[in-house]
Amino acid sequence: MLSVREMHVTYGGTVRALRGADLEVADRQVATVLGSNGAGKTTLLRATSGTLRLHRGRIDSGSITFDGTDLAGKDPAQIVGMGIVQVPEGRRIFTRLTVEENLRAGGLGSRDRAAKATAERRVYDLFPVLADRRSSRAGLFSGGEQQMLAIGRGLMANPKLLLLDEPSLGLAPQMIGRIGEVIREIHRQGTAVLLVEQNATMALAVADTAFVLDIGKVSLNGPAAELAATDAVQRLYLGHGATEESEHGPVDTGASATNPPRTTRTLSRWSA
Amino acid sequence: MTQFLSLLLNGISLGVIYSLIALGFVVIFKSSEVVSFMHGSLLLVGAYSIVRLQDPLGFWGGALAGIAITGILGLLVDRLLLARMRGAPVISLAILTIGVDIVLITELTRLIGPDILNINHPWGGQVLHLGSVGITANRALAIVVAAVLIAAFFAAFKYSNWGVAMRAAAEDGEAAALMGIRLGRVSALAWVVGGVLAAVAGLFLVGSPTPGVTPAVAAVALRAFPAAILGGLDSTGGALVGGLLIGVAESLATGYQDQLAFLGRGFGSVVPYVVMIAVLLVRPSGLFGTRELTRV
Repeated sequence: MLSVREMHVTYGGTVRALRGADLEVADRQVATVLGSNGAGKTTLLRATSGTLRLHRGRIDSGSITFDGTDLAGKDPAQIVGMGIVQVPEGRRIFTRLTVEENLRAGGLGSRDRAAKATAERRVYDLFPVLADRRSSRAGLFSGGEQQMLAIGRGLMANPKLLLLDEPSLGLAPQMIGRIGEVIREIHRQGTAVLLVEQNATMALAVADTAFVLDIGKVSLNGPAAELAATDAVQRLYLGHGATEESEHGPVDTGASATNPPRTTRTLSRWSA
Repeated sequence: MTQFLSLLLNGISLGVIYSLIALGFVVIFKSSEVVSFMHGSLLLVGAYSIVRLQDPLGFWGGALAGIAITGILGLLVDRLLLARMRGAPVISLAILTIGVDIVLITELTRLIGPDILNINHPWGGQVLHLGSVGITANRALAIVVAAVLIAAFFAAFKYSNWGVAMRAAAEDGEAAALMGIRLGRVSALAWVVGGVLAAVAGLFLVGSPTPGVTPAVAAVALRAFPAAILGGLDSTGGALVGGLLIGVAESLATGYQDQLAFLGRGFGSVVPYVVMIAVLLVRPSGLFGTRELTRV
C-alpha cells in the first residue's frame, strides 16, 4: 500500500533528517515506527502527507508510492484525495471552532456528501464523548478528548491510510490505553494505520509490523511481536534495563518469548 | 441635539464604509498573514474603474464591472506576487504591498490628473430628512448596502465551507493543509473578497457629500487601517465595531471642530489615529483581537 524506498530528506538544504529510510505498509495493516527524538519519524510522515515544503524540507532522493502512485511532488490536498490523512503531532485541533466545525473542516478535502455523513456517524460512534458536546468549542476539551477529536477529524476524509503522529503524547496512561483501543477499532473497520510513537509499549501492542528508525535509517524491522522481544527494543524502548535480561517476555503482546527475533542487528546508539 | 444626532448618523454611515474596508483587510490578514497597505489604492482602482466604465456601460454595468476588476486585481496580487513568497516574513509581505500601493497610486494620479472625476450615482446628491436630521441619499444607501453585505459575509463566515476552511486555515495553516484544505485557494478567495468589499466601499465613499474621485480618496480609505487595528487585526467582529467607532469619532470631531479649536483645524482626520492609539494603550491586541498572535 505505502512503500518508501531509500528515502533521503533534508531541511533547508543542510539538515539531513532521513538517510535512506525504507518502509512498507501492507493493505489493512497497522504499522508502527519507533525511534527517539530526531530519528526522523515526523519527517517520514511529512514526506508522505506532502507537508515537507511547509517546513522547508525536500526529498533529495528515493521514492515514496501509494498503491503504485508516486507521492513526491503532490500537494497535501491531492494526497488527502488519494486517501492518506495525517493526524499531526500535538493534536493541533482548531481550538476556536466547535467540535462539529472541526469535523467539517476534516471533511473539506472531499466533495462526497454521503461519504461525509457516513464518516461523521462513524466518528460519533467511535467517540460518543464528541457527540455529546458537538457544539462546544474544541479548546475547552481535555487533552485526551482533543486527541480523539484530532483522530475523528482525520477520519472525516475517509482515509485508506491514517497516519498518526504520537497520539499518546502528554496523555495519562489510562488514556493511552484508550487510544490503543481506538486504533484497533479503526483498523478493524478496514483502515490501515501508520503509527509513529515514542510509547513503544502501546505501539507494539496494537501494531502488526514495526520499524525502528535510528538517525534517519530503519535499523530494525519485523513483526511487532518479534521486535518487542528483541534485546535492543526491550532495552531502549520498553524500559527493561540490561540487568533485567532474565525476564525476556514481551510486554503487552500476545507473542511468546520463545520466538527467535528475526532481526539480529543492534542499534548503533546507546547500545554499548 | 439635532446637530449631535445628525453627526452621529453621518458618522455611522462613514463608519460602515470603513467597516467594509476593514473587513476585507482582516480577512486578508487572517488567511494570508499579509497586512495589506495597498487597500487604499485598491479602493481607488475600484472607484476609478467605475468612473471610466460608467459611460460605455451605464452606471450599474460600470459599477459591477469596476467591482469585478478590483476583485480580480486582488486575486492577481495574491497569485502573481504573494503566492511566490509563501513563508516569507510577515514584514516582507507587508512591504511588498506598500510597493504595489506606490505603483498603483502613482499610475492612478497620472490617469486622474488634476480633474475631479464623478461617479454619476442615480441617487445623486439628494438629501433625506428624518425629522430634523439630514443625511445624503448616498450615505443612507451605504448603510443599507453595507448592512446587507456585512450580514452576508458573517453568515458565510460562520456557515459556509469557505468560512470553515478560512477559520481553520487562520488558526493552524499546517493542520488545515493536512485536512486537504487548499491554503492557496483560501487566500486567493480572501483577496477577491477584500477587493470586492473595497470597491463597494469606494463606490459610496466618492459620492455625496465627499467630492468625487481624487487620489486623496486612497488616504481617506486608509483610515480603515486604524479601524481594523483597534478592533483587533484578526477579528472580523472587531473590524465592524472598529469601523463604526472611527467613523463616529471622526464625524463628531469634524462637526464640533469649533468647540475643539484648541486642537487645531482639521483635527477630524487625525481622530482615527488618536482613537486607535488610545485603544491600543489599554488593550494592546485591540478590542477583540487574540492576545497572542505569533505562531511557531
